[in-house]
Amino acid sequence: MIFGIVNIILIGTTPLVFAAIGELVVEKSGVLNLGLEGMMLVGAVSAFVTLVLTDSYLAALIVSLISGLVMSGLFAFLVLYLMANQVATGLALTIFGIGISSMIGKKYVGTPIDGLSPYFLIIISFLVVIFIGYFFKKTKLGLIVKAVGESHHSAHSLGFNVIKIRFISILFGGAMSALAGFYFSICYAPMWQEGMIAGRGWIALALVVFATWKPERILLGAYIFGGVAIMQMNLQAFGVKFPGQFFNMMPYLVTILVLVIISGNKLRIKLSAPACLTLPFNKNQ
Amino acid sequence: MEKLIKLVPRGSSSQSMFILAPIFAIFLTLLTGSIIFFLMGYNPSNALKIFFISPISNAYGISELLVKATPLALIAMGLSFCFKNNIYNIGAEGQLTMGAIFGGGVGIYFYDISSVLILPGMIIAGALGGALWAMIPALLKTKFNTNEILTSLMLAYIALLILDYLVVGPWRDPDGFNFPKTRPFGESGRMPILFQGLRIHFGLIITLILIAFSWFIYSKTIFGFQLKVSGFSPKAARFAGFNKNFLIFSAFAISGAFAGLAGVGEVSGPIGLIYRDISPNYGFTAIIVCFLGRLHPLGIIFASLVIALTYLGAEDAQLFLQIPAAVGFVFQGLVLFFLLGSDLLVNFKLRLNN
Repeated sequence: MIFGIVNIILIGTTPLVFAAIGELVVEKSGVLNLGLEGMMLVGAVSAFVTLVLTDSYLAALIVSLISGLVMSGLFAFLVLYLMANQVATGLALTIFGIGISSMIGKKYVGTPIDGLSPYFLIIISFLVVIFIGYFFKKTKLGLIVKAVGESHHSAHSLGFNVIKIRFISILFGGAMSALAGFYFSICYAPMWQEGMIAGRGWIALALVVFATWKPERILLGAYIFGGVAIMQMNLQAFGVKFPGQFFNMMPYLVTILVLVIISGNKLRIKLSAPACLTLPFNKNQ
Repeated sequence: MEKLIKLVPRGSSSQSMFILAPIFAIFLTLLTGSIIFFLMGYNPSNALKIFFISPISNAYGISELLVKATPLALIAMGLSFCFKNNIYNIGAEGQLTMGAIFGGGVGIYFYDISSVLILPGMIIAGALGGALWAMIPALLKTKFNTNEILTSLMLAYIALLILDYLVVGPWRDPDGFNFPKTRPFGESGRMPILFQGLRIHFGLIITLILIAFSWFIYSKTIFGFQLKVSGFSPKAARFAGFNKNFLIFSAFAISGAFAGLAGVGEVSGPIGLIYRDISPNYGFTAIIVCFLGRLHPLGIIFASLVIALTYLGAEDAQLFLQIPAAVGFVFQGLVLFFLLGSDLLVNFKLRLNN
């Protein structure tokens, strides 16, 4: 029974881990991408359609990752080169992603596929988090990404290419969101349905704040959020009458609470949120 | 690209580009849209006609366009108070939902009473509900310095879950066969219809009055001037001694109240009760309307009509071409991409490098 519950939580939570760890890297570099939901949907549909057409999991994975790179590349181009507003561009990416994924997937709703076992990707999700933790703590490149997010002008003066570093961070975030989408439509569901990510992109965004931009806490947060969601479903199955909506509110409420705790104190916000988050960078200014 | 074309900053931003960029963005969206239709195997000119022209080729279509443009314009006008001041309230969807809950709550409570006071009561309650919900990010921002982008967004999802709880729980229609919806409001709880047989309702008048009111605030009052200055140059605003917290609170309150009014307009106008999907993303789409309309009253009216057309066109495309209605979102996303991209031309000139 315990094993069963742990198993369900592991399987259900992994897409959150992928999307959140990707967004964490993006935000560490000083960029806020609100397009997670859209990128996850496009990653999910492109994986699914490719699998139906080619019958190859590898091809599905590759196409899905490419879709994530294209979506996030579009975002990166707009906010980094054309200096578009990050909040508006991210929202546009989500709205666009919801639309285009529905159009692409229209013919494939209800098409049956053989799902892939989730365990391989579950292990990968842990490894990615551990790697990103190591990356920011121990590697020079990790420190550079952090520096770009904390003070882009200083990083630029030191000779680092701010735009390039942010571009690559954004692409990594896109690939991770697409991977979350791949996992969702190929391993978890396994099927395609319009809007199937159902708000998980926003929960992943909340997770990054909950984790106060620390990689290992992404796992903690994801498993708490995921665990509560699973518990709620099980309680209802046992006939416990409690409105599930209040359980589902928890990620959002907790995120606001965490924001209040870390933002009230000047030192604490300095230790947590990247200082240049959402600020555009123009080297001529 | 950087090697071929050079960006030369303009001394001051170009006024003509400021107005032309949205038009340019709409044109590029139509072009990209026809390419997408072509790639999907549809005749682009036929698809565009079904999408953008036939929905508004009769009185009913025009009325439907106004039904959809009304909440969009109202929310966008409210948001402009925040965006002008560089406050990113992106939780209008939640403020709309709270407006629908507060205003609709009055309508449900008095469902069997006939009185001319019910509708005004709903409208006031709706505006209050939206404003109260918007006060939360304002309070957290001024008191705890929290990022309003994240808090207002999170609150939007909390509001949607509260609505969900109400319509499946305590407010569920006792005669509704367990459907997740409330009982219908009484006749006194409905917005008057403007033209017999069409759905366009009194909410349009409220919207137009509030847009005129906003124009007045922006162009004739010190408060409007302070909002603009503090958005344009926070430093100047500080030196001038403007009360920053007051501006934050009032911008949130106004945008929340407008979104709340839009919510109550939806439930007491075309819908007549509360259920889960009272808003097809109006609160988020209004952000596009606000940017496309350049935060300006006239621009917002124009942009709300354009974006409302993407909703209508998507419905027709689904009906006649079997394209999912979500194609409207593709157009909405594209138009914002192109607008944000072409905004570069407002502040920079492109010059070839030789």
